[in-house]
Amino acid sequence: MAKVEKKRALNDETLREFLREMLLIRRFEERVEERFRAGDLPGFLHVAIGEEAADVGVCQAMAEGDVFASTHRAHGHTLARGTHPDAVMAELYGKIEGCSHGYGGSMHLYDVERGNLGANAVIGGGLPAMTGAGLAFKLRDEPRVAVAFFGDGATNIGTFHESLNLAQLWQTKTVFVCQNNHWAESTPGWQHSPVWDDMSKRALAFDMRAIKVDGQDVEAVYDAAKEALDYARSGAGPVFLDVETVRMHGHFIGDPQVYRTKEDRALAAGNDPIERLRARLEVDDAEFEELDREVQGVVEAALLFAQNGTDPQPEDALKNVYA
Amino acid sequence: MPELTYREAVRDAIATVMREDDSVFIMGEDIAEMGGSMGVTQGLLEEFGAERVRNTPISEMAIVGAGIGAAMAGMRPIVEIMYEDFLTLSLEQIVNQAAKHRYMSGGQLTVPLTIRTQGGAGWSPGAQHAQQLEAWLVHVPGLKVLYPSTPEDVRGMFVTAVRDDNPVLFFEHRLLYPVKGAVPEQIEPIPIGKCRVLREGTDVTVIAIGPLVHKALEAATLAEAEGISVEVVDPRTLQPLDEAGLVASVKKTNRAVVAHEAVTRMGFGAEVAAVLQHQAFDWLDAPVERVGAKFAPLAFAPVMEQFVVPQVADLLAAIRRTVGKG
Repeated sequence: MAKVEKKRALNDETLREFLREMLLIRRFEERVEERFRAGDLPGFLHVAIGEEAADVGVCQAMAEGDVFASTHRAHGHTLARGTHPDAVMAELYGKIEGCSHGYGGSMHLYDVERGNLGANAVIGGGLPAMTGAGLAFKLRDEPRVAVAFFGDGATNIGTFHESLNLAQLWQTKTVFVCQNNHWAESTPGWQHSPVWDDMSKRALAFDMRAIKVDGQDVEAVYDAAKEALDYARSGAGPVFLDVETVRMHGHFIGDPQVYRTKEDRALAAGNDPIERLRARLEVDDAEFEELDREVQGVVEAALLFAQNGTDPQPEDALKNVYA
Repeated sequence: MPELTYREAVRDAIATVMREDDSVFIMGEDIAEMGGSMGVTQGLLEEFGAERVRNTPISEMAIVGAGIGAAMAGMRPIVEIMYEDFLTLSLEQIVNQAAKHRYMSGGQLTVPLTIRTQGGAGWSPGAQHAQQLEAWLVHVPGLKVLYPSTPEDVRGMFVTAVRDDNPVLFFEHRLLYPVKGAVPEQIEPIPIGKCRVLREGTDVTVIAIGPLVHKALEAATLAEAEGISVEVVDPRTLQPLDEAGLVASVKKTNRAVVAHEAVTRMGFGAEVAAVLQHQAFDWLDAPVERVGAKFAPLAFAPVMEQFVVPQVADLLAAIRRTVGKG
């Protein structure tokens, strides 16, 4: 029997762009961590270090006109959908030039022009809206998809179940992307869900199509996301995309992770999606360092842009309450 | 002028906005074939079809949340929450999501969503089907809260609510549905944030909402027989509040009673009383009286339910107190 090679949709050039995007997100978040620890950044920040392949793979598979709702861990999704690092960093600094003009912060990044209908700080808070946006696209017969990002922790909240039920019932143009990093803050998957090691089982209860993918392999994530998005876009129904991934850092910046074993942290560190893609593309040290310098330059420019941004006036707080 | 019941007036307003705007659709529990548990949406399925008149699962978070998402994606959804007691299930979506998307996005988004719901005592359903929870919602920046009391107002304000670019909570009262009233031939949209003087008087202003408007009009007639001239004002919009309109009336009468069916303590009336004492302090000849439900859940036994919710006699007693005849 002939061995069947899975057809790959992406060429090396595209994958190198993905590598750059993933590295940009990594360096961006590392710098954000560093600035937060230095006391330069206000607020409550969560990085997605380790989940860059999941972020980039799905976001790159999305099309113009698609919309999404993100979570408290939103820097990666926002950057990967094309919001300029300057605008994201400026938002983290609470500046007018920020992508939410200083009204949102790290947990509420928006960029409506690029389909970002909001990062949500309430676990599961964005799923019903993506069901409704997917319904709107269906009612207007538009080739657009609404994507809801969330983690495994969100699969236990009512909005998750109500949204999947309604989406499947009404065949909305929605893709539910579960980034299963096996942690709900400090609570491991096995303590919060009976199906923690296979979240795709959640879709069975709603008779929804599920696709399971290794979230550390950006190529595989892209392929799976493309399949899910095409399916939803065609009107065939919503899809549950189960992306197995790894949270390499704590829940929030400054989380001492006392609840996590050294072995688990080492395991996560050894499952770095950037290293994996680099090996796959056989990027040598010289090329990698050049790429790294370039993205670090972008991050430094974003930092400078943000630090020199415009502070809102205090009374601007009273604007935008109503349309 | 033609006459409609409050129920027919809401239905007519829904049908009107659906006819004029394809982006309007309605969803909720049992609203299609059954026409809603209060019969408000009867006939809409036949006219507009199942795509635009959608029965939902019993799923309040998803009903409101899907409305929010559809609104952000360019629709003007109307969602029905069968009883306002069930609104509590969707509060996360209303308070954290609908009310805040525009703000958190720095003005990039609008959420033109209308959330219809109804409640109210007087038919002994017990503690979970008749609460008046408007005070929970008026406290949230980003929401508009409407509570019309007459067929004309409910019809004119509903079309305004749907056309508004903000999330609007639209409260209806169960016992008002059969109430008849004159309405204009064509719907005349009524602006948000304008009170209505339903009866003019000179001695005391009763500021009442929902069914208490009708009870206040009854009490005013009884008071008139005692020589007390009562003005009855319905704010109609609870948020944003027509402070100027209410204050103007009280500056004329120098006395005020605030009345609603919800519990008095921490109620909407407390805010109105605060507005009046601050803006009309020098005009007030008596403490602002508050009339509302006693601080207890609604009991099942009719005699207990009627004891808890405010009656015409309670209003009359409050009116008398303001003029020193208590």
